[in-house]
Amino acid sequence: MSGAPRPQGGVGAAIGARLRLRDLSAAPAALNLLESTAPVDREQSAALLKEVSPAALGSEAPAHVIGVTGPPGAGKSTLLSALLHAWRQQGRSVAMLAVDPSSRRSGGSLLGDRARIDFDPTDRGVLIRSTAAGERLGGLAWATRAAAHALAAAFDIVVIETVGVGQAETEVADVVDTVAVVVQPGSGDVLQFLKSGIMEIPDVLVVTKADIGQIAMRTRRDLSAALRSLGSRSTRVLSVSSLPPPSGIEDLVAALEEHRAGLDVGERRLRARRAGALTDFALEHGERGLRALGGRRAAEQLLAAQEPGLEVPALVAALERGMR
Amino acid sequence: MMRTYAGHSTAKASNELYRRNLQKGQTGLSVAFDLPTQTGYDPDDELARGEVGKVGVPISHRGDMAALMDGIPLGEMNTSMTINATAAWLLALYIVAAEEQGVSQEQLQGTTQNDIIKEFLARGTYAFPPAPSMRLIADMIAYTVEHVPKWNPINICSYHLQEAGATPVQEIAYAMSNAIAVLDAARERIGGGHGEAGTQLMGEVFGRISFFVNAGVRFIEEHAKLRAMSILWEELGRERYGVEDPRLLRFRYGVQVNSLGLTEAQPENNVQRIVIEALAVTLGRDARARAVQLPAWNEALGLPRPWDQQWSLRIQQILAYETDLLEYPDIFEGSRVMEALVEELLGGARAEMAVVAEHGGAVQAVPYMKAALVDSHRERIRRIETGEQVVVGQNRFTESEDSPLTADAEGGILVVDPALEAEQIAEVRRWRSERDQAAVKDALAALAAVASEENASENLMTATIAAARAGATTGEWSRTLREVFGSYRAPTGVGEATATAPDEEMNELRGEVSRLQEKLGRRPKILVGKPGLDGHSNGAEQIAVRARDSGMDVVYEGIRLTPAQIAASALQEGVHVIGLSILSGSHRELIPAVMNALHDAGVSAPVVVGGIIPEQDVATLEQAGVAAVYTPKDFDITRIMRDIVALVGAGADRSPAVASSTSANGSA
Repeated sequence: MSGAPRPQGGVGAAIGARLRLRDLSAAPAALNLLESTAPVDREQSAALLKEVSPAALGSEAPAHVIGVTGPPGAGKSTLLSALLHAWRQQGRSVAMLAVDPSSRRSGGSLLGDRARIDFDPTDRGVLIRSTAAGERLGGLAWATRAAAHALAAAFDIVVIETVGVGQAETEVADVVDTVAVVVQPGSGDVLQFLKSGIMEIPDVLVVTKADIGQIAMRTRRDLSAALRSLGSRSTRVLSVSSLPPPSGIEDLVAALEEHRAGLDVGERRLRARRAGALTDFALEHGERGLRALGGRRAAEQLLAAQEPGLEVPALVAALERGMR
Repeated sequence: MMRTYAGHSTAKASNELYRRNLQKGQTGLSVAFDLPTQTGYDPDDELARGEVGKVGVPISHRGDMAALMDGIPLGEMNTSMTINATAAWLLALYIVAAEEQGVSQEQLQGTTQNDIIKEFLARGTYAFPPAPSMRLIADMIAYTVEHVPKWNPINICSYHLQEAGATPVQEIAYAMSNAIAVLDAARERIGGGHGEAGTQLMGEVFGRISFFVNAGVRFIEEHAKLRAMSILWEELGRERYGVEDPRLLRFRYGVQVNSLGLTEAQPENNVQRIVIEALAVTLGRDARARAVQLPAWNEALGLPRPWDQQWSLRIQQILAYETDLLEYPDIFEGSRVMEALVEELLGGARAEMAVVAEHGGAVQAVPYMKAALVDSHRERIRRIETGEQVVVGQNRFTESEDSPLTADAEGGILVVDPALEAEQIAEVRRWRSERDQAAVKDALAALAAVASEENASENLMTATIAAARAGATTGEWSRTLREVFGSYRAPTGVGEATATAPDEEMNELRGEVSRLQEKLGRRPKILVGKPGLDGHSNGAEQIAVRARDSGMDVVYEGIRLTPAQIAASALQEGVHVIGLSILSGSHRELIPAVMNALHDAGVSAPVVVGGIIPEQDVATLEQAGVAAVYTPKDFDITRIMRDIVALVGAGADRSPAVASSTSANGSA
């Protein structure tokens, strides 16, 4: 739109290369680019993502990508502050993508969450970025998924924080390695959602405010019982208190770690990239586009035939070629 | 009683000011503390930068308090201290200073403001989370009722609620709900108030609670508000706390008249406003203020000088000694108009108190009340912007001759010497190096032990007074408690604020914002924040809400930010523009510090500044790289938004989409 000539190799590729070399200072610029909807920027975004694709990296991106979700007031921000400190003490760099749920009014939004997370502003190993929930229905903002993919190349931990129960953790599950759902003691929703199957079973369940005692313990017991009755043995239920002195945080860090260790990361991420590509394609081209490919199943088969190391935009491009 | 709110620079300079004021006929002291003291930081703390000695006097230890009260007989003085989060500490220092003068605590008279709920709602100088803050208050009440019987341990403030935009109904309802929360906590502290002795003690507690209210320029309604508050207060005492002694049931209040309505444009008009507002709280004897404080005519410009304060004192003296104001019984007795007005306010206030009670009381309802205040303030600003509410000299009758009052070099305000901060830093370090370290360490360890959850039944005052005696500092006392209680950020209320009803101007602005979005490739993103310790967030909140309503993404971080935090947020969030607000006068130090931090982080987004910025400082800020400065005379927020959109648009023209995306790359 500016008509200015692109520099050789492109801005996107340059930023992507810096991320690939784990230059954390490239992250803000990467996010600015990935959030842009200007056509020239979208091209550069694709170039950026190509630089950090598994094909370019030679393996899956090293970060542990974690989704943290839960109802408002469950204590997510306080919990994230405590987790952040624990990870930083281990010397691991952390990027947090906070997706603000506040419905857009007149298009604008207020993003206030980062103020509630306590961290050292001069620490270059931490990045917190807030974004408004997607303007499109269904799923995380395109930019958030792309950001998680890109930052996973440079950071040790990438957290996507979303708000809600029932929908939110399913959306985030398609992008992350590990889903942690945060529950406030005494709130029955999560229990009901689990039992009724509205909610998929998360990888880790965290009961906050353990300091309030009895109710927190009962909530934890009820959740464990519900999980057993649903036949899930792998989901860990932990209780934490973020009030000083914090408790349970180390156990939580270990539980998240444990989940990832037992995971076929390559398989999970490949599935995520293919699902993401299909979502993006459907948003762009609609039902008509899918029909031109011979339906959803055919599209899935086409994706399955692609190189496993391709990034999402490359997979979308493959689908688009299939339309012709 | 007549006072002026005063204190600045150093304990010694403030002491001289107090002595002068007492000679001029002032009958009590009203101590203004600087923001580091109010929020529990020593002068050498990073957060104290630019704020030391600014809006009041810095008091770090018993030595400072002794210097502040030097030569002032504390046994005879009535001292009001505007201190909240750290009230227990400052009272402890005052008790120790009195001890050193040979005056026992039983003799001390005065008031500590000590109202934390309004700090969460409106003023921002809190230090600890709500629950431990309420414990500190209850401890102080329990302690003073027994040991400092003439002290008013708390002043429930509705003053700041009105400054934050409260309607009269909200002011009454939130103040009363706040009082209920305090009294309930105190009742628990003194053993439930059961039995005859318990009821009597509760009566004493009730009788020690006074209020600090506001009076705006709609002075008939304001007078009715005070009558309504007296009625509600008596009702509350009888029905909820079983108080029967009419002496203890009296609604006692002090007042500072409205500052929100004082204008920067044609500031001399503020004198008329102040006189009329003073009438609101003195006209009818049945609801007359016990103590009146009048602001200075030039408050919206900067810090008032002694002469400005003298002018305000003279207003009171003329009302009291020249007019016949005090010669009659209640002049509204039997007035049907007044009665109806009072009834209407009572009805509204009772309904709103019920809503607060449904939230679980004032402590639990802080987020609700905060959002309601932000909403009311938004409505007030809208009415002024559209001209529905007339503000003479600001949105009507704006033509003016040149004012001789603001013609001198400093523009008619007091400027605090910036060298003073360095002196205070050196002084507090000297104090720390010369005291008995072991004694301080032990005293603070004892304080931490009493503060912990297991010892919640012990009173914190005794350990606090011991730490004061040992020579601990304000920062050390607060840090010790923060470590036990945890830190806290109050709700901002902006997330819940309802959208402005779009008028033509707003629709136009939204159009401009979406055109800007096309140009940028992303939605325009603005960072709004307050550097330093100044907690007056009303202006920043209104900017944040309006930016959202105009279609921008707003990163609002609230109060108490360091330059490093602002720079990190601007960089990480990839904002297109940064809006900073400062009302405490510390812009000269803090804005350049923020600009440097932004530069070091490689952020090139333009910065705009709003607040009480004297005319002569504007050029200095612009030289530091600030793109625009807004002061109270810029009351049209939509116009400010349009400026900001144009500013970002101009930047985007210089560097197109991709390039602008990488302008904040942080590789520096």
